[in-house]
Amino acid sequence: MSAQAKQENYLNAKHTVASWLFSLDHKRIALLYLLTILLFFVLGGIAAMLFRVELLTPGPAVMESETYNRLFTMHGITMIFFFLIPSIPAVLGNFLLPIMLGAKDLAFPRLNLASWYVFTFGGLLGLGAIIFGGVDTGWTFYTPYSSTYANSQVILAALGIFIAGFASIMTGLNFIVTIHKMRAPGLTWFRLPLFVWSHYATSIIIILGTPVVAITILLVAIERIFEVGIFDPALGGDPVLFQHLFWFYSHPAVYIMILPGMGVISEIIACFSRKRIFGYPVVALSSLAIAILGFFVWGHHMFVSSQSMYAGMIFSILSFLVAIPSAIKVFNWVATMYGGSVKLDTPMLYALGFLGLFIIGGLTGLFLATMAVNVHVHDTYFVVAHFHYVMVGGMVMAFFGGLHFWWPKITGKLFPELLGRITVVIIFIGFNLTFFPQFIVGYLGMPRRYHIYPEEFQFLHVLSTAGASVLAIGYMLMAVYLLYSLVLGPKASRNPWKAAGLEWTTPSPPPTHNFSEPPVVKFEAYAYDEEEVYQDDAEPGDKGHG
Amino acid sequence: MKMPLAFLPEQASTLARDVDMLYLFLIGVSMFFTILIGGLIIYFVIRYRRRSDADRPAPLHGNKLLEVVWTTIPLVLVMIMFFWGAAVFYKQFRPPADAMEILVTGKQWMWKMQHPSGRSEINDLHVPLGRPVKLTMTSEDVIHSFYIPAFRAKMDVVPGRYTSLWFEPTKEGSFHLFCAEYCGAEHSLMKGWVHVLPEDEYEEWARGEDPDLAELTPVEAGERLFTELGCLACHNPASGTMGPDMTGLYMSNVELDDGRTVVADEEYIRQSILEPMAKVTKGYQPIMPTYRGQLDETQLMQIIAYIRSLGTE
Amino acid sequence: MADGQAHTPNLAHHFDSMDQQRESSSLGMWLFLAQEVMFFGGLFVAYGVYRFKYQEAFAVASNHLSVAWGAFNTVVLICSSLTMALAVRAAQLGDKKRIIRYLVATILLASLFLGVKGIEYTEKYHDQLVPGPTFQYEPDFDQYAVPVTAETAHPNFAGHVHLFYSFYFVMTGMHALHMVIGIGLMIWLIVKAQRDRFSREYYAPVEMTGLYWHFVDIVWIFLFPLVYLVWRH
Repeated sequence: MSAQAKQENYLNAKHTVASWLFSLDHKRIALLYLLTILLFFVLGGIAAMLFRVELLTPGPAVMESETYNRLFTMHGITMIFFFLIPSIPAVLGNFLLPIMLGAKDLAFPRLNLASWYVFTFGGLLGLGAIIFGGVDTGWTFYTPYSSTYANSQVILAALGIFIAGFASIMTGLNFIVTIHKMRAPGLTWFRLPLFVWSHYATSIIIILGTPVVAITILLVAIERIFEVGIFDPALGGDPVLFQHLFWFYSHPAVYIMILPGMGVISEIIACFSRKRIFGYPVVALSSLAIAILGFFVWGHHMFVSSQSMYAGMIFSILSFLVAIPSAIKVFNWVATMYGGSVKLDTPMLYALGFLGLFIIGGLTGLFLATMAVNVHVHDTYFVVAHFHYVMVGGMVMAFFGGLHFWWPKITGKLFPELLGRITVVIIFIGFNLTFFPQFIVGYLGMPRRYHIYPEEFQFLHVLSTAGASVLAIGYMLMAVYLLYSLVLGPKASRNPWKAAGLEWTTPSPPPTHNFSEPPVVKFEAYAYDEEEVYQDDAEPGDKGHG
Repeated sequence: MKMPLAFLPEQASTLARDVDMLYLFLIGVSMFFTILIGGLIIYFVIRYRRRSDADRPAPLHGNKLLEVVWTTIPLVLVMIMFFWGAAVFYKQFRPPADAMEILVTGKQWMWKMQHPSGRSEINDLHVPLGRPVKLTMTSEDVIHSFYIPAFRAKMDVVPGRYTSLWFEPTKEGSFHLFCAEYCGAEHSLMKGWVHVLPEDEYEEWARGEDPDLAELTPVEAGERLFTELGCLACHNPASGTMGPDMTGLYMSNVELDDGRTVVADEEYIRQSILEPMAKVTKGYQPIMPTYRGQLDETQLMQIIAYIRSLGTE
Repeated sequence: MADGQAHTPNLAHHFDSMDQQRESSSLGMWLFLAQEVMFFGGLFVAYGVYRFKYQEAFAVASNHLSVAWGAFNTVVLICSSLTMALAVRAAQLGDKKRIIRYLVATILLASLFLGVKGIEYTEKYHDQLVPGPTFQYEPDFDQYAVPVTAETAHPNFAGHVHLFYSFYFVMTGMHALHMVIGIGLMIWLIVKAQRDRFSREYYAPVEMTGLYWHFVDIVWIFLFPLVYLVWRH
């Protein structure tokens, strides 16, 4: 081992528990977040497996309706509010954003730590809701069911989500200020990695959207506690108003979830094609276009809610428009590979998997924006399949792709490449087997959130459950080899993928203050035609990938 | 376990074909792009695979023309989807004037229907073949959604509001009826069947087995309620300014005492029964008592049906 | 970026200069206020929907609020914004004594506001106008200039009045909560000032708390006409 191997980094700087729990280092906070959200991912996954088993038969098999309803609600709430929304921003974004900007930390390190505590507290309330009997409203909390009729822990869950919302506001605020004020010398806006651009757009949505759902969900809790009647038709309240307020946030929230994933994909595709992202400024600005347009399409969740037909038409046309920037991104990613030097390492396989699944997820989004088709498939498995293609096929693939891509940087260890590649294939197959049949069963008319269903849908449900098992095996395999690499994995060099980007110019894992010398940026992002930007300094004993 | 034989549900209404055509168009476009992009990805991965670490990429960073092309083509395609979708939606949303009306009330966890003949049923809906049917729906508790996949028809059923849904069956048989909006513990049991019968069989069914024992039609039931509740005492032309006459009221313009003018639609009549002082007709005393709590949603719809039967302007 | 400032004790390690640090906290505060606007915005929109739907009920309900107390509180809050601005000015001049004096004045005014709010809440409690199962309302229209023929004699009129008070308590309650947080911040500032933490170069916490306080003030400026001044002629 060379002298550099003993070099102090953010992981070995201090070893006490307090040095982690009270750390102001964005990298350590990112790891705290990682552990927390993975816990929720596992919880949500277990809930999903349980109700997938239940759905093997058309009648009740292993549980009552009330249990089934609590399970799908638990799956939705944990996965969306406690896994997907914080996943890439609070983990990868938190870890990488300051490094990519050449900064020592985020602008407000204490706020960053506070955000993790707030998030964890919200998460504990959510867990409390599950432990003390569960919630049975669905993650959408539609009134007046949630506010008046549901007989479960709605208040706890609502408060948990309300509080976790502030964690995401803190993160978003921190990102925007850091991007504006703390870029290294020479790092102009159009030299920023697209990962940063997408987090910038995400943060704008978080700042403007999250407070609205916070107050909405708080009103549901207040309504349950004090019976104020704001959403109760018996007292003159309007239950549909809740849907407007809820989707005003929760549709943009979809972009909170997918935009950071798109940022990850841009980084990976550029690296493994050794090319600057084709049409860089267009891709960068398309993130902002999505962020802005995304605020004006919420009504497409409400075409059959008794909203006016003409309002529906306006929401429909705007929904089609928001599809365009996403399509542009896909075309540009594919064009990036053209004339490149493509290598299919694990992260690139995740990125290609993302592309394949996101294309299907995006195109089926057009089906839902088409009003006449929406009337038929609204609230069916078609919708379930669509958003799992975008959220799991898109976001989760991007998250794990990014985790693999930056794993050497975060942990200083290399994972077994072959197992990594095999796992991507397993996940890809398992995912499609789980969710593709749901498009079909959805168009055939199977409503979502059904515990008991007509027999003719059973075959497709069995396929889906089979696929879910394969998917679960894939995730477990990943957990095994990543944990293995933590202990026994070979030490990673500074730049094992030979990637461009400031994060690859600092040791793996990075020192506490990220850089020994404040970096100065001389090149565009992804300057793969400048050989010096992607050199590795592998030492004896270190190993590069491939 | 049965294998599904088709990827489309049965087409049993006039609009089912329209929706399916649009669906197939969308599938066509989607397959084209999936195959195009997927094919390009596979081709690029093979054609431009990294042969050695020294491989240098071609410096190609963008192309304005390409950006314009792949912005414009999807834009044109989605606008076709929008206009086509909106056109079919317009038809889905507007029932024909001659549609037969059936009243539907949703409550946890059952559907109540009442036919113009007076016969009512729970979780089953009999309708005549080849005749447009309009459902007027409301809920007694939470939000439900009335969904008949074979008709490609769905509409939320909202407490405190009337929503409507229409279809014209084109095929005899029994089709699934689902509640599509999650409504609590037994949501998945809030389902039933829609039975499409030939017109004459429907008429026979609607009369019931013994015509003498048949229930009252909604109009008759409404008329009886109107009498029993004493509405006629004020609402007749002889009463002066006690209460407005109901003849020709439906869909007429009503001038209110605060100067506003409203159309006397179902919502207005319902509100006037439950909240009489909300919109008082100009020239009449605000003296009507409320009937909130005395009438359930079905009875309200019956009274409205009766008032409607007194003609429109 | 002035190099001479690089080693000020108030400069956090991850910033290069005081300017950068100050600009960052200022941008951060404005972003925070943007999310606050959306937070209250959601409430105001919901209020607006029902205000439009049940105009007369909301008008009559609003007549039970005391305009005098509301107006008095408005003046109190505007004065507190003034003392806050003076505190910020004192901080810019590095005048420790004045910072503390003006902050204490602001806290006193804020407490006065909350006290008045407490009186108003208690009154509503005695009148059984607090939303929930104990809510009791018998409209007495003679007292108001609202035409009786309108929605006023609505059978669910009390329900709509109830709705108004739901919003009244939620909105003013949220506002009061923001004030309590503001008072907490000011106490923290006073402690810091006492320990000579502020200087001509470093006074961002005072300035940021000032921004926050003005925002809380502005929310009230919208709340007052929105809930107190409905249907007053």
